[in-house]
Amino acid sequence: MTRMEKPVTFSRRTLLQAGGALVVSFGAPLTLKSARAAENAAAAATKPPLSPDQLSSFIAVNADGTVSAYFGKMDMGQGLSVAIRQMVAEELDVPVDRTKIFIGDTDTSVNQGGASGSTGVQNGGKQMRAASAEARRVLVEMAAQKLGVPADQLSVKDGVVSATNDAGKKVSYRELIGGQFFNVHLDWNGEMGNPLYAPGKAKPKDPKAYTIVGQPVPRDDIAPKVFAQENFCTDVKVPGMVHGRVIRPAVAGAEPIKVDESSIKNIPGARVVWDKGFLGVVADKEWDAIRAAKELKVEWSQPTPPFPSQTTLYDHIRKAPTRKRDEGKPVGNVDDAFKSAARVIEAEYEWPFQSHSSMGPACALVEIKDGRATCWSGTQKAHFVRAGVAAMLGMPEDKVRTIWTTGPGSYGRNDADDCAADAAVLAKAVGRPVRLQYMRDQGTGWDPKAPASIHKARAAVDAAGNVVAYDFLSKGFSRVDVNTNGSKPWDTLAGQNLGVALKSGDGFGFPGESYGFANKRAAWETIAPLLDRSSPLRSAHMRDPVGPQTCFASESFIDEVAAALNIDPVAFRLHYVRDPRDLAVIKAAAEKAGWQTRVSPRRDQRGNTVSGRGIAYAQRGATRVAVIAEVDVDRGSGKIWARKFTVAHDCGQIINPDGLHHAIENNIVQATSRTLWEEVKFDQKNVTSVDWRTYPILDVTEAPEQVDIVMINRLEVAPSGAGEAASRPVPAAIANAVFDATGVRIRRAPFAPAYVKSSLS
Amino acid sequence: MNKKFSLNVNGQVHTVEADEQMPLLYALRDDLGLNNPHFGCGLAQCGACTVHVDGKPTRSCVTPLSEVGGRKIATLAGLGTPEHPHPLQTAYVQEEVPQCAYCINGWIMTAAALLRDKKRPTDAEIRTALRGLKCRCGTHMAILRAVKRAAAMMG
Repeated sequence: MTRMEKPVTFSRRTLLQAGGALVVSFGAPLTLKSARAAENAAAAATKPPLSPDQLSSFIAVNADGTVSAYFGKMDMGQGLSVAIRQMVAEELDVPVDRTKIFIGDTDTSVNQGGASGSTGVQNGGKQMRAASAEARRVLVEMAAQKLGVPADQLSVKDGVVSATNDAGKKVSYRELIGGQFFNVHLDWNGEMGNPLYAPGKAKPKDPKAYTIVGQPVPRDDIAPKVFAQENFCTDVKVPGMVHGRVIRPAVAGAEPIKVDESSIKNIPGARVVWDKGFLGVVADKEWDAIRAAKELKVEWSQPTPPFPSQTTLYDHIRKAPTRKRDEGKPVGNVDDAFKSAARVIEAEYEWPFQSHSSMGPACALVEIKDGRATCWSGTQKAHFVRAGVAAMLGMPEDKVRTIWTTGPGSYGRNDADDCAADAAVLAKAVGRPVRLQYMRDQGTGWDPKAPASIHKARAAVDAAGNVVAYDFLSKGFSRVDVNTNGSKPWDTLAGQNLGVALKSGDGFGFPGESYGFANKRAAWETIAPLLDRSSPLRSAHMRDPVGPQTCFASESFIDEVAAALNIDPVAFRLHYVRDPRDLAVIKAAAEKAGWQTRVSPRRDQRGNTVSGRGIAYAQRGATRVAVIAEVDVDRGSGKIWARKFTVAHDCGQIINPDGLHHAIENNIVQATSRTLWEEVKFDQKNVTSVDWRTYPILDVTEAPEQVDIVMINRLEVAPSGAGEAASRPVPAAIANAVFDATGVRIRRAPFAPAYVKSSLS
Repeated sequence: MNKKFSLNVNGQVHTVEADEQMPLLYALRDDLGLNNPHFGCGLAQCGACTVHVDGKPTRSCVTPLSEVGGRKIATLAGLGTPEHPHPLQTAYVQEEVPQCAYCINGWIMTAAALLRDKKRPTDAEIRTALRGLKCRCGTHMAILRAVKRAAAMMG
């Protein structure tokens, strides 16, 4: 069985209390000048400060010789922990099962950005790799002094440094520094969060020498969950804790104007917390808090219902004034090229608001004690939540600790950070630790949403049938109407409910591709939010922010152009795509799927159920993915079954192929769900999709029959993100397959049966 | 009105005093400290709170205490231990199924009842038995592999 150790629940503080790592310094920052001093470096009693320029902030050798990695990003269940342990073990030449990782505790790790943009390995791993390489270099230097053997005549195996020519001369990492801390300065770039990088002098290993990186090392975080031995953030309890619930208005934008506390006087321990737009309750027992929230009589203000009718959403986007436009880097002269075109092909696509709808609504526990506060949260970004909680409590950040604890699922800026801020407000008001879990309607109805958008594309074709110009425009709500984290009060519902004005940011995105059209322009435009305060339709990052919707449009359109020009969809892409790695994933997917060259649509099927195949591809950062979908369409009902996917994926160097396989597969299934089913419904007053019935997702009876994955491993290419990239081409691949099957183009998501049926008739 | 309830959970009998309309989920989590079943929706729509009541997969979030007195309740922790795992637990670990893992009570407890009642179910039978359960992370392919692996282990 897999080890049952819980790698993320012990802080460095508890290790110290348990007689684990003690602190030692072996001198000032280790420079060439002071290298000699390492020999005389003695134990020091204090640990260097938790700062990115200290090696001890990332790596420690414990008293038992195990290695601890302190990581300022988070593993939301995609296997990042084991991948990082592999990178650390590889550079240090220790067995991976002698490594531990401590994640997302602001007391034990520096802010490496949390889970963010699939940079866990790309940025976080890069840093841990650099720190581990430096730790190895320093340890070998120490061994050289101790053994009297030059460093270049030493080798390391399983944490033991020995002389290359005399195996009898050896010393272990444990003997060198076990239980003490490094006191080694790193060359920090001064950045916090994702761009943080602090290498030492050591150069990481040549990838050709890898024995641990690239192996399918099993995750060790699964068994504790499967045997119900791990506390989720929903399970954490502290003495004196009460349960909280917040109350949201029926009409978005409404505020409480009268609260009748006597309406819950019969519920044991129930108390109201009301401050401006913020309204919540607490009670000793969770069920009582739920009852109190339900039974509390509240009179709300009656604002004008803030939203347009849902049927006019896309018209609203079309007509709304553009708040910001970004044209990226246009190539050639697009407008002139269109003037001289022999033929122009145009299409427009629409994508709805979507909800994170994490498996459980967010939960946070905030305890204020002795001038300090602690927050347990399932957030993706513990360090930012620390700032947010500190702001809500009016405390300095260094008095607040956030402990990331496994949460109920996360794919971006979901409701977790709002929940932490709400819990902080409640805890401060009642003077007791408060555990707050949202209710389902709050998790689905009031989480920050993936933005709705429209996308217009046109292509100019010359008389010979060559595409000579391409023009693509996305227009939609911003992906940073509220920011990617809850560090600022204006980015949380609690802050906005207490009167802090929203500072809506502008951001969207471009298609990620390398089509070599001579004249080419991709632009995006953002519009203002529908409601500027505490909106259930505020928009933010959700897995591959604006990637699936943008690629849905751009790769559907490429398919439309190929079909209009009577060219096979793969052949068209191979003709125009320029980047060699892009071409490689397209070819690999086509080969694996047994792609038959022909023009879409098929036109040879007569029955009720028709089948088709479609391809789409995308770059996401440095990662490339091509997806081929094979679908069955029930023409009578309009129901689509995405029966088979073939994926070719290139994220550079692969750290753990099993973890990568799961990450890709889960992205494919989740993106299929978003494509076929997911749409936030709303009326003029509020969001009306508030549970799994009103916000349906893909059912297991609709899951694919088969997902084939080709993972291209490029040992020499720095690893790039894999947490989200495979989501991106899925909607277009399905849409293109539906076109192949039916001859009908679906240009609006989701492809729910009623909409597909009406499109087919 | 608060009443006393005798709950037989994982072979142990506990007494809980609570509102008779309180769902079993809160008694398990808050009164007995059994964290295995999770609150996912409170509406019997997702399965995260699933336990066995007299062997039948049951959504504890909508099952009032008044309905379960004297009946045998089993949670995920009662299904197996690391020393004596249920084949589904072994298969879940071997297939590395979960992403966030918040949903696993529903899938494992429902599949356990299926595999108890039906040897070597077909892919279609497995999907039908698991219909309606939610997994937001999209681990469905791995779930299906794990159930088939467990079925094979059970012979």
